[in-house]
Amino acid sequence: MNQATNNEILKIENLKKYFRIGKDKRGPIFVRAVDGVNLNIKFGETLGLVGESGSGKSTIAYTVVGMYRPTSGQILFKDKKIGMEAAKRPLSLKREIQIVFQDPGSSLNPRQTIEQILTLPLRLHTQTPKRQLREKMVELLEKMELSPDYLYKSPPSIGGGEKQMVAIARALAPNPSLIVLDEPTSALDVSVQAKIINKLMDLQKELNLTYLFITHDLSLMRNIAKRIAIMYLGKLCELADAVTFFEKPLHPYTQMLISSVPAISEEEENLKPKKVVSIGEIPSPVNIPSGCSFHLRCPYKMPICSEVDPEMIEVFSGHIVRCHLFSKPENE
Amino acid sequence: METKENVLLNIKDLHVWYRVYGGYLKVLNGVHLMVREGERVGLVGETGCGKTTTMKSILQILPPGDFHIPQGQIFYKGQDVLKMSFGELQRLRSREIAMIFQDPTAALNPVFTIGAQIGDVIKYSIALEEKKVHKEKIKTLSARALKEAYLPDPERMLVNYPLQLSGGMRQRVCIAMSISSKRNLLIADEPGTSLDVTIQDQILRLLKEIVEKKGTSIILITHSLGVAREMTDRIYVMYAGTIVETAPAKTLFKNPLHPYTKGLFASVPKISGGGIAKGIPGRIPDYLNPPSGCRFHPRCEHASQICMEKPPQLFEIEKDHSVACYLAQR
Repeated sequence: MNQATNNEILKIENLKKYFRIGKDKRGPIFVRAVDGVNLNIKFGETLGLVGESGSGKSTIAYTVVGMYRPTSGQILFKDKKIGMEAAKRPLSLKREIQIVFQDPGSSLNPRQTIEQILTLPLRLHTQTPKRQLREKMVELLEKMELSPDYLYKSPPSIGGGEKQMVAIARALAPNPSLIVLDEPTSALDVSVQAKIINKLMDLQKELNLTYLFITHDLSLMRNIAKRIAIMYLGKLCELADAVTFFEKPLHPYTQMLISSVPAISEEEENLKPKKVVSIGEIPSPVNIPSGCSFHLRCPYKMPICSEVDPEMIEVFSGHIVRCHLFSKPENE
Repeated sequence: METKENVLLNIKDLHVWYRVYGGYLKVLNGVHLMVREGERVGLVGETGCGKTTTMKSILQILPPGDFHIPQGQIFYKGQDVLKMSFGELQRLRSREIAMIFQDPTAALNPVFTIGAQIGDVIKYSIALEEKKVHKEKIKTLSARALKEAYLPDPERMLVNYPLQLSGGMRQRVCIAMSISSKRNLLIADEPGTSLDVTIQDQILRLLKEIVEKKGTSIILITHSLGVAREMTDRIYVMYAGTIVETAPAKTLFKNPLHPYTKGLFASVPKISGGGIAKGIPGRIPDYLNPPSGCRFHPRCEHASQICMEKPPQLFEIEKDHSVACYLAQR
């Protein structure tokens, strides 16, 4: 048991996060943003967490770094239970888990220079003496392929891609072991995205980092993630390694997602599951449909789907899916 | 070669500048674009390359007073839009060309009902021919347009406000608005970008169906090569205010010639895997002082002396496939 968990850097167990948004006669109304998620991340891997807006993927990211206090469930980091709030976590733990946000325009303070932005994490987490600070910062910028004169620039005067590079440098400053990337490239153009992704992949190899990569872009995950987890309305639908994921998608929602990706070649076109065409819309997380939350949009809907919420089933080794199609009765 | 009749829109050497503190932003620098009747044309480029400016200049809805068009012509059905009177422009906007914007939330007015907003579009497009328009007729026409965009329960939706609908439904309303009266050209400015992938897929399929059914021409602006490939017949690739390459969709994907197009292709992550290329170094130029010669030369690995001196003109390699690059001309 102990050996099996040894190679996991982060383990999320039955995580729930409900937001109270009001109340009516029957009691308070909750948005069930994350509703019972189990997830583990191994050392040195990239786990892609994919979902559409409102699926709860960012909520998971924020809970992992301690910005939200979950309603229930726990998080194990390097086999140790960790506090749920950033305020209750020791500094050494905060140093190890860093985050890069989606929009560098609002995650970097526009009134600070890059030098000021990088000073705080360096002073706080690493005991760098004052006279070595500058050296350290130049080193960080060089790692991100930015010239040292960027130290005296402020975020509004540099481009979107460069801003994100600075945000990554800030996350790298305290030498973390796990970085949560919350859609780091979705606000950027593809040519800039390619540059940043390549940089991130190089850094991962060089510094032995683990990434929890949150995105809505499936095709990007195909190229960089080792394993992919799909979320729909606060729950996981499917979890598998990246290659099988695209060759053998099991969950109807995954198939719908893959078939919705605009393809740029014939070869890709052939990979798309043809039968599942996108219909319907994502229901509001306030009124999650009964049973399987996807049943309203599912082309393979069965009577049981609207009544019973399916369990996570391991269909093949390491390939987990939450769908009644695969929970055939034992008498078969 | 095509006869003059079936060319619907022809933009020739269009330059658009914006007036700002400290000079002019030279955004468009010689755009050539042509749309035939019933054709689906894609305009692909990255953020800030001037796609939307081009489209807004067709309809003359650029911010008033802040722009300057030093040269260029926009022919719509043989008539120069830049020389049209106000009345003619109004007719162009209400009868001929419709535009669908990127963000449906910003495109719809939150304080008027859907019915009132679609009703206005219909009223002003009919009013040019019929003096009096009956309220009932407007209502049935609006409901029919909503139904064509596959919105459930169109009659009830007419009294809803935009904020009562989801993002995907709002975009459907915008599409319904653009097809509520007959148009010859539809300009769709990134119609799915602000939506989720599965919803974007639905919206694009709807647009494709409508265009095919009605035989309308469409200009689809997008930054996604995949969307352009699935939706259009011919594609223009734009970089920093110039068209760098144009070709039929199939040719472009098989044989891209301009270094920028090639870089763009390599940057797109593929669902068949294979990693991601290095991307294109540098970033889009400053329009206040754009680079001399070819605007792509500071980022181009093949740049030579001539690229810095003289901007390359579009050069026809084969029918419909033109490239603005000295490499291809050799």
